[in-house]
Amino acid sequence: MDHLNEISESLQRGDHLRVAELTRKAIDGGTAATEILDRGLLAGMDVVGRRFGAHEIFLPEVLLAARAMKAGMDLVKPLLVSGNAPSRGKVVLGTVKGDVHDIGKNLVGIMLEGAGYEVIDLGTGVDAPTFVDTALAEGARLIGLSALLTTTMSAMREVVDLARSGEHDLKIIVGGAPLTQDFADAIGADGYSYDAAGAVALVKRLLEAA
Amino acid sequence: MTAPFLDRVAAGETLCGDGAWGTQLMARGLEPGNCFEAVNLESSAVLAEIAARYVEAGAELITTNTFGASPLNLAGHGLDERTEEINRAAVEAVKAAVAGRAHISGSVGPTGRILAPYGDADPDKVRRGFARQIGALAEAGADVVCIETMMDLAEARLAVTAAREISSGIPVIATMTFNPTPRGFFTTMGNTVEQACSVLADAGADLVGSNCGNGMEAMVSLAASFAEHASVPLVIQANAGLPEDRGGVLHYPESPEFMAGRIPALLDLGVAVIGGCCGTGPDHIRAFRTAIDRRRASAS
Repeated sequence: MDHLNEISESLQRGDHLRVAELTRKAIDGGTAATEILDRGLLAGMDVVGRRFGAHEIFLPEVLLAARAMKAGMDLVKPLLVSGNAPSRGKVVLGTVKGDVHDIGKNLVGIMLEGAGYEVIDLGTGVDAPTFVDTALAEGARLIGLSALLTTTMSAMREVVDLARSGEHDLKIIVGGAPLTQDFADAIGADGYSYDAAGAVALVKRLLEAA
Repeated sequence: MTAPFLDRVAAGETLCGDGAWGTQLMARGLEPGNCFEAVNLESSAVLAEIAARYVEAGAELITTNTFGASPLNLAGHGLDERTEEINRAAVEAVKAAVAGRAHISGSVGPTGRILAPYGDADPDKVRRGFARQIGALAEAGADVVCIETMMDLAEARLAVTAAREISSGIPVIATMTFNPTPRGFFTTMGNTVEQACSVLADAGADLVGSNCGNGMEAMVSLAASFAEHASVPLVIQANAGLPEDRGGVLHYPESPEFMAGRIPALLDLGVAVIGGCCGTGPDHIRAFRTAIDRRRASAS
């Protein structure tokens, strides 16, 4: 298990070159892709998520860790797809209309992919119909909304209202620096998470309960 | 005409800043997502109107509508080639309303990009962009450069450095946005108040402090932390609380009376400029000015 620990630790340090090298080695050595993912990459990202949640590390460290995660994922992902690891479901992500900030959303996307979800990332400045139409067309059961600006938070309610206006069973979760659980409750969202690790747990809970 | 801004600060005066511009423009129909600075080219009358209302309410600094007017921000709207024009127009638009009764404070916000190595923004390019914006603001007659809402100390330092490249004498304010955590205040990028105080002053900021991100109560705690660490005078501009959703309309909960009730605490800490950020309007500023004047009267 040592080489998987080393992947996890290199990821926590944000050393993407080392993570890629060790992941390649593990694959060549015959370690199963799911093992590398769960006990190496995701285990490392889990520690990063916890330390971020405890305010011991901040965005720069998380960005470097996410880059390292992606370096490992790029190698592992083709093996997962060609193997028989089924997708846990589709999730639509985007930053709401009026807002161009995507760092948090991208982190959530990387983490969800790592956890086995198929992520459809609509990018930034996405309006309500695009969120809902894409989710319906793709058969996604959950939409994740991101906003950094306090002035764009109201665009989140539009998505919730539109999703609720039909007979669709779409779950909607929200996140972003100015958001709170109270705000999520007020607009009728299904969930809120403070950080990316929490978002993954939230998606799991919502989709598995549904 | 009032005395130069830095002379007033050096004399120990506390100046009343203005309130928000973004939420004021939105109240006049501007949609989030549009380029707020494009207003400078299209309808300077609305800027003059907001400025006049703030001056009338007692603001002694009037912020220009240039928060997102660095070429890096404007490029997102295809307007980077009009950087000089947009910044100049913002200063011109408020000149008549100010008419010597307030100092014009040229707003410079973050680029919204993450600097290398964490992101892809090249620090040299960011610094040159700030220099272009600040050069245009200064040339048009801004009395002060106000670098604000910074979340990355490295980017804030580039902006202060750019301002100093433009002019060694122009007053420079540099304020950052902090998040309260159980471990203390940190910016999104993990910078502390102590780090901000030393790095920004070393880079050439005349005043440092915090704006946005917090309501008045947290801002008083932040101001206390700044007072402990800063070697230069302080600027504090709080939000009217964090926005709440009220039936689809964003509502900033802190009233003028509530916020003004904490002004004496900021005055006790020796804060040199007290203004408002998101959600504050002319009524907040009127209440702030009253609280500041009350202290002036009792001191004289």
